[in-house]
Amino acid sequence: MNTDFSSKIENAKIDFSPKTIDTLQLNLTKMCNQACTHCHVDSSPRRREAMSHELLERALTLLEADTRVTTIDLTGGAPELHGDFKWFLSELTRLRRRVIVRHNLTVTWDPHPLTGESMEYLPEFFKENRLEIVSSLPYYQEYFTDRQRGDGVFQKSIKSLQILNRLGFGKSGSGLILDLVYNPVGPFLPASQKGLENDYKRELKQKFDIEFSKLFAITNMPINRFAYQLKKLGSYEEYMEKLHTAFNVSAAESVMCRNMVSVGHDGRVFDCDFNQMLNMDFKKNEKSLTLFDIDFETFSKRTIQVANHCYGCTAGEGSSCGGSLV
Amino acid sequence: MANYYESSDLKKFGEVGTFAKEKMDKFWAYYNDVTGTDSALSKREKSLIALAVAFAKQCPYCIDAYTTACLENGSNPEQMHEALHIVSAMEAGIALVHGVQMQNVLKSKGAM
Repeated sequence: MNTDFSSKIENAKIDFSPKTIDTLQLNLTKMCNQACTHCHVDSSPRRREAMSHELLERALTLLEADTRVTTIDLTGGAPELHGDFKWFLSELTRLRRRVIVRHNLTVTWDPHPLTGESMEYLPEFFKENRLEIVSSLPYYQEYFTDRQRGDGVFQKSIKSLQILNRLGFGKSGSGLILDLVYNPVGPFLPASQKGLENDYKRELKQKFDIEFSKLFAITNMPINRFAYQLKKLGSYEEYMEKLHTAFNVSAAESVMCRNMVSVGHDGRVFDCDFNQMLNMDFKKNEKSLTLFDIDFETFSKRTIQVANHCYGCTAGEGSSCGGSLV
Repeated sequence: MANYYESSDLKKFGEVGTFAKEKMDKFWAYYNDVTGTDSALSKREKSLIALAVAFAKQCPYCIDAYTTACLENGSNPEQMHEALHIVSAMEAGIALVHGVQMQNVLKSKGAM
């Protein structure tokens, strides 16, 4: 690769400073009922890391004090597996903010990895709390989906989507949001988000009578488990070159880290979920700071940390937790 | 030269323009306009056609490039395999239809 990311944005004179903090993304737990090949969090049923109750209370205190954060984005792992999930959701509902849950669709059908508890209450619970659901469905066909996420995932996902539809999620006019996420099965860039959305809508409706709100196309980030897979295939350099070649100035100007704070299970704060996985945390005098040490105002004045994985967010149409950027 | 075809050579395609550069520049402008834009045909359709041509011409560079291009323009393996079968069917049909010429000669020789 010719240019490191830091030099690239400097040469292109792109403003990479924080604009505001309107989104608080909380990685509630690394525990997940699945272990997907593309997962940059390296989540699996065996992971036990989770936010403490005190940390969740601290997040609520900060949210009460600062109304600029309008969106709370709950992720993991499977955030629903956190022991305080139901309590925390009821508290967030009281604050009347937009709450997104990154729901993997299969967690409803697998027993809790730690407690064995059934999770089949989730769809009704989502409706009671009027959560926005963002769910990964790597493709509208079984082949790509199961290849990436494991055998049987597609059928379980379809079953969940049909139930969510019956409750009104993804149906126009219901006010209940159900967004889907596409990400490529291997080392290639996602196709145009709009074209893929049309394909998903047509195929899922025709074959399974499923509807959804929007499709987000997300680029696979060359870190952790996906980076390992790339190296195993001998494709890492080629993939990085592809991301570098596809650098898009418009996407770079709209990256999500300029509007958000990402908090890890241990309370450390990051520019985004990816920096979190690379331990590129917010420090002062070499000391890692946590949500207990800072407020949103302090964090909004930081310098965003970049490295070459950031090419993943600026390639082609761009990529973020909310899909393409341009 | 260990092998005539190396996958890394695909990246060197641009170097063909080291000489007669203006002609290669014209080629690239034409090529990118034809293959890299949505027009009467979408980029997805164009990539599938290009993949089919790659099979027909048996160009490993093109198969590599357009398999990826098909994925990045939203095609799936099922559609790409159908493109392959269209090429196979056409190749078979093209061979078979030339049987008419053989039969014409056979008839001219009184052998049919």
